[in-house]
Amino acid sequence: MNLKGAEIVIETLIELGVTDIFGYPGGAVLDIYDAIYARQDKITHHITAHEQGAAHAADGYFRATGKVGVVLATSGPGATNLVTGIATAMMDSVPLVAITGNVAQSLIGRDSFQEIDITGITLPITKHNFFVHKVEKLADRIREAFRIARSGRPGPVLIDIPKDIQVALCEYMPKPVEPLFPIKAPDKQLIADAAKLLNQKSRPYIHIGGGVIGSHARDLVLELAERVDGVIGCSLMGISAIDSDNPRFLGMQGMHGHYASSAACNEADVIIAIGTRFSDRATGNKAKFAANSSIIHIDADQSEIGKNIPADIGICGSITESISGILAGLEKHDNKAWIERVNELRARENKYSPKADSLNPYFVMSEINAVKDADTVIATDVGQHQMWAAQYLKFSKERTFSSSGGLGTMGFGLGAAIGAAVGTKHPTILITGDGSFGMNLNELSTAVRENVPLTIVIMDNGVLGMVRQWQTLFYKKHYSNTTLTGRTDYVKLAEAFGAKGVRTATCEEFSLALREAYASGGVTVIDCLIDKDEFVLPMLPPGGAVEDIIVEKEV
Amino acid sequence: MEKRFIISILVENKYGVLMRVTSMFTRRGFNIDSLSVGITESPDYSRITVTMTGDEYAKQQMVAQLGKLYNVKKVEVLEDAEAVRRELILVKVKNDPDNHQRLLSSLDIFKARILNYSTEVLSIECTGSPNKIDAFVEMVRPLGIIELCRTGLVAMHKGKEGSLTNIEQ
Repeated sequence: MNLKGAEIVIETLIELGVTDIFGYPGGAVLDIYDAIYARQDKITHHITAHEQGAAHAADGYFRATGKVGVVLATSGPGATNLVTGIATAMMDSVPLVAITGNVAQSLIGRDSFQEIDITGITLPITKHNFFVHKVEKLADRIREAFRIARSGRPGPVLIDIPKDIQVALCEYMPKPVEPLFPIKAPDKQLIADAAKLLNQKSRPYIHIGGGVIGSHARDLVLELAERVDGVIGCSLMGISAIDSDNPRFLGMQGMHGHYASSAACNEADVIIAIGTRFSDRATGNKAKFAANSSIIHIDADQSEIGKNIPADIGICGSITESISGILAGLEKHDNKAWIERVNELRARENKYSPKADSLNPYFVMSEINAVKDADTVIATDVGQHQMWAAQYLKFSKERTFSSSGGLGTMGFGLGAAIGAAVGTKHPTILITGDGSFGMNLNELSTAVRENVPLTIVIMDNGVLGMVRQWQTLFYKKHYSNTTLTGRTDYVKLAEAFGAKGVRTATCEEFSLALREAYASGGVTVIDCLIDKDEFVLPMLPPGGAVEDIIVEKEV
Repeated sequence: MEKRFIISILVENKYGVLMRVTSMFTRRGFNIDSLSVGITESPDYSRITVTMTGDEYAKQQMVAQLGKLYNVKKVEVLEDAEAVRRELILVKVKNDPDNHQRLLSSLDIFKARILNYSTEVLSIECTGSPNKIDAFVEMVRPLGIIELCRTGLVAMHKGKEGSLTNIEQ
C-alpha cells in the first residue's frame, strides 16, 4: 500500500511490536503525530512534560519490561532535550530507539528554524544513528535501528527523519521481524583455559553486571557459583540479577558497596567478571584492585575485555554459552575455608549495620522492603538515596531495580518510574532525594495524567547529601552550594499537580503513609524528612582500596 | 612502550562514516598522527588508513572500539613487514640559482619530480615510505621550504586477499 512517510513510521513500529511511545509533539513531527492519531487502536502515545522525561520514561520502560523503549521528539530543542536521556541509556546499555523530526532536506544546512544536526550531536552517545534521506529506505532504517539497538551489547539508536520524508508517499510492505545479529561464539580454547584455571583455585568471587540481566544468565551464574563453591557480588547495574536472599550473594561491591562484598573480592584468588566493565565505582584504585587475584572476564563486547582491568583470560561472546562451556570442564569444589572466611567478613559487616530505630534511611528501606512485592519496580535518582536503595533493598526478580549507573543522571528517576509503571501496570516506587527530584519534577504532571500507580518517596534532607558527604570528609566541611535554602513544600507541590502529598517526620507516619500510598493505585508524594548528616557507609574513598574503606562515622 | 602503528579500516561508503571513525579516537582519548581515505575496488566501500602512536593497550582498544561501529566492516593493524606503504608529499621551495645544483641532485636521489617551475619557486612531488619522506624533507629544508603538505599514509596488505575478502556484503 502507498503510505506517507509518517504513516510508514507508525506502521513499522506496530510491525515491530511497539505498543507505547513516549514523546512530545512539535512542528517537525506533526505528520507523525497525525499518523499516531489514526492508529490509537494499536499504539499509545504518552506525552510527558519535557523531552528529557520522555527519554527517561522510554529507558525505564525497557529496564522494567525488557521491551525496547521508543521516544519521539521534534527537531531542534526537542531533539537536544533528549541528549541526557540518550547518554544515560548508552552508559547503561539500554536499547532505546529515539525518533526525531527535522526540517525538510531543502532547509537543512541553512540554520532554519528549529534545525539542529542531531545525528552529529548524538554520535558519541548512540550505538548508531541514521539520517533518513529517502522515503524508500525509511521502513528498513527503522527495522535496522531496532535490530542494532537490541543485538549484542544493547544501546540506543537515533533516527532523524526530515519533514519532506514524512510527507513523501511510498509503497509500504510489512515484513516479519528479523532475528538479532548473532553474538560470536566464545573461543573454545579460552573456555577450556578458564575451566582449568578455576579448577586450581579455592577462593572464587563472581562479579556480575547488567549483562547478566540482559542475557538471562541468572541460573547459569548460580550454577557456576555452586560448582566453584564461590560467592557472588555485583555492580550497581547487576542489582536484581540474583535473588538478594541467596546465601552466596554478597550484594553490590565498590565505592559504596557492602563491606563483605568488597572485602571478599579483594581476598579472592580468582574473580570471574560477567557482563560488567569494572567501572571505577566498582574497583576503586585500579592499581590495587584484586592485586593477588586472577581475573576471568566474560563480555559480549570485545572492547570491554582489558579496558579497565587487565584480564588473565578474556572471553568475548555470548555470556550464556561461555558459562555453559566453562561448566562443562569444571570440577565440583568444596571451599570450606573460603566460605568460613566470607562469613567472618559478613559478621564484621553486620556489626556496623545501622539500626532501623528512627526515621533514617535504613528504616525507610526496611519499610519499602516490607511493603513491596516481587514484581514491584523500584526506580531511583542519583545520590545518597540511590546508594541506600542499592545497599538495603531486597530483590528477587530481574528488572525490578531501575537506576542510572554509568552516567549518574540526577533527574532520571521520575521519568524512569513512569515508564516502568506504564509498562508493568504494577504499583511502582520511586526513591529520590530533594536534589534529584527538583531536576525533573515537572513529570509529576505526566504521572497524574497517566494515573499510574506510583509512590514517590523523597528522602528530604534539605541538602545535596552526597556532595555534602564529600565536603564533610574531604573539603573541610566547606558546604559550598549544597544547602538547599528556600525549602519547597512538597505536599503543596504534589497537590498543585493533582497528586496526593504527605509529609512524614516519624517512623509511624512514614509507615502509614507508605502503605496507604502503595495501596492507593494513584500518585502520592511522600516528603520523608531525614537528617542532613546521614552518611552513605561503607565508603571506599576516591583512589582508595579495600583497606581504606570507611565503615563507621567518626563522632 | 609507545610505538607508531597503522590501522586499516574498511568502511561502508556512506554519509558521515569518516566522522564516526575519527570521533572514536577523540572519544577514547587517542590521537591520530595521519589519516587518508578513499574508495576501494568496490565503490560501496572506502578504506580509512590511520597512523597513531600508542602502547599495546591503545592498539587493542582502538581496534576493538572501531570494530563495534556499525558501518565498519573490517579493522586490522598492518605490521611493517606485511604491508606496502606509501605517502605523497608536495613541497614548495625558493628557486635560488645558488642552490640549483644541490636541489637537482637531491631530487634525483629521492626520485622526486618538479611539478611547476617559475623563476621564484619550485613545486616538487615525492612519494615513498614515511621514512623516505621524512628524509626528503630534511634534505630540502636548508633550501627554504615555503609550503609543505603530506597526504598521510596509504597502506595495503601484501597477501593475496582483496579488501572485501571475507566481508559479508
